[in-house]
Amino acid sequence: MALRHLMSPLDLTVDETTRLLDLAYDMELHPETYAHICEGKRLATLFFEPSTRTRLSFEAAMMNLGGKVLGFSSADSSSAAKGETVGDTMRIVSCYADICAMRHPKEGAPLVASMRSMVPVINAGDGGHQHPTQTLTDLLTIRSLKGRLDHLKVGLCGDLKFGRTVHSLISALSRWEDISFVLISPEELKVPGYVREALNAKNIPYTEVVKLDEDTMAGLDVLYMTRVQKERFFNEEDYVRMKDFYILDREKMKLAPKDMYVLHPLPRVNEISVEVDDDPRAAYFYQAQCGVYVRMALILTLLGMAPEHI
Amino acid sequence: MSNTGSKREGSTLNIGALREGVVLDHIRAGYAMTIYKYLKLDKLECTVAIIKNAQSNKMGRKDIIKIEAPVETLDLDVLGFVDHNITVNVIKNNEIVEKRALKLPKQVVNIIRCKNPRCITSVESALDQVFVLADEEKEIYRCRYCEEMYHPKIRK
Repeated sequence: MALRHLMSPLDLTVDETTRLLDLAYDMELHPETYAHICEGKRLATLFFEPSTRTRLSFEAAMMNLGGKVLGFSSADSSSAAKGETVGDTMRIVSCYADICAMRHPKEGAPLVASMRSMVPVINAGDGGHQHPTQTLTDLLTIRSLKGRLDHLKVGLCGDLKFGRTVHSLISALSRWEDISFVLISPEELKVPGYVREALNAKNIPYTEVVKLDEDTMAGLDVLYMTRVQKERFFNEEDYVRMKDFYILDREKMKLAPKDMYVLHPLPRVNEISVEVDDDPRAAYFYQAQCGVYVRMALILTLLGMAPEHI
Repeated sequence: MSNTGSKREGSTLNIGALREGVVLDHIRAGYAMTIYKYLKLDKLECTVAIIKNAQSNKMGRKDIIKIEAPVETLDLDVLGFVDHNITVNVIKNNEIVEKRALKLPKQVVNIIRCKNPRCITSVESALDQVFVLADEEKEIYRCRYCEEMYHPKIRK
């Protein structure tokens, strides 16, 4: 099998994505079938910047498959601190592990690593560029809850300008039929022009609104909330003004459709009130669980060990 | 016409004819030196003549570069990248024997640098600077690593 890496969600065709999600779903239903499948295999988690959630979900995924993990969780504890290039680090790690997940603050670093690697490399987030396993997680969550990825009306709310998960999810979902978007954001945080152009080019319907109210939520299958990230703002004043722009609470949820699921890539700050957690439509913790299944499926697929029948 | 001399013809400055070589015509006025730099003409030993602000029916003003060297010595991919509207005339025995069409190359290596401070190339200088043609119609290139957009300035 030719060596395959995953740098962007669009590296996988629609068919390949569907097969991956099928496998992830089967893993959720029959975890015992896969509990020892990766015995003797090692996953290296090379995290040049801290990301506890993503790293732990990769490690949990490999452990669920019966494999072992090794790696580091910050650049300080790697040879990058001594000035080693990403390519050299990867070449060395190729000798120690069977597959690698890499997070790096510099955009394109995992691609550089994949060019030198002898084992599959998964981009676990490179700066503001790509985070494909988050997108695959979102797709799996939506499909598991709604039973489909086509014929959906998806609302995305919050920071739509800087939120890479949003841009990535829009481009990934746009490949399925009859998808429409409701883009909910303050004027200052609207989606970038290129996202709008891509939607126009594919004739995908979307509306842009500022208010998150009953009218906006009408007919939504999914509401994807995002956090306004402090580090994106140049001054504190703008951040303070934006951070509480949207707060999804129990009152707002009363106005939402009965079958509208709420997703969030987490961590949240104020945008989803804790009281919403008990609502059966709150799917963000289930989404975190889906993140493990999708990474399990991805590890198995890239290792060339995915069962043929799924 | 002398091969080395120059003279005024009306308002046009005529720099000698070329017996064998390449004439790059229809360069946007003011961009001859940019083209000179991109083609690394300073590295060539041959005669190179740069004509600035020549009169042009089509463009009003234009620049022209005459190079006394075989066309194979020039990187036409780079020229296509910088401005594919430039006319490349191949000269032999004082005659234009061929007009080469320029097109946008699929990728350019180490011609431009990625300006994204978050790109891996900003910290690893040994990496090739690779830009890939992402949209031929809009003439957009993207950094191979971080996908930062580049729109060749000369054509704006």
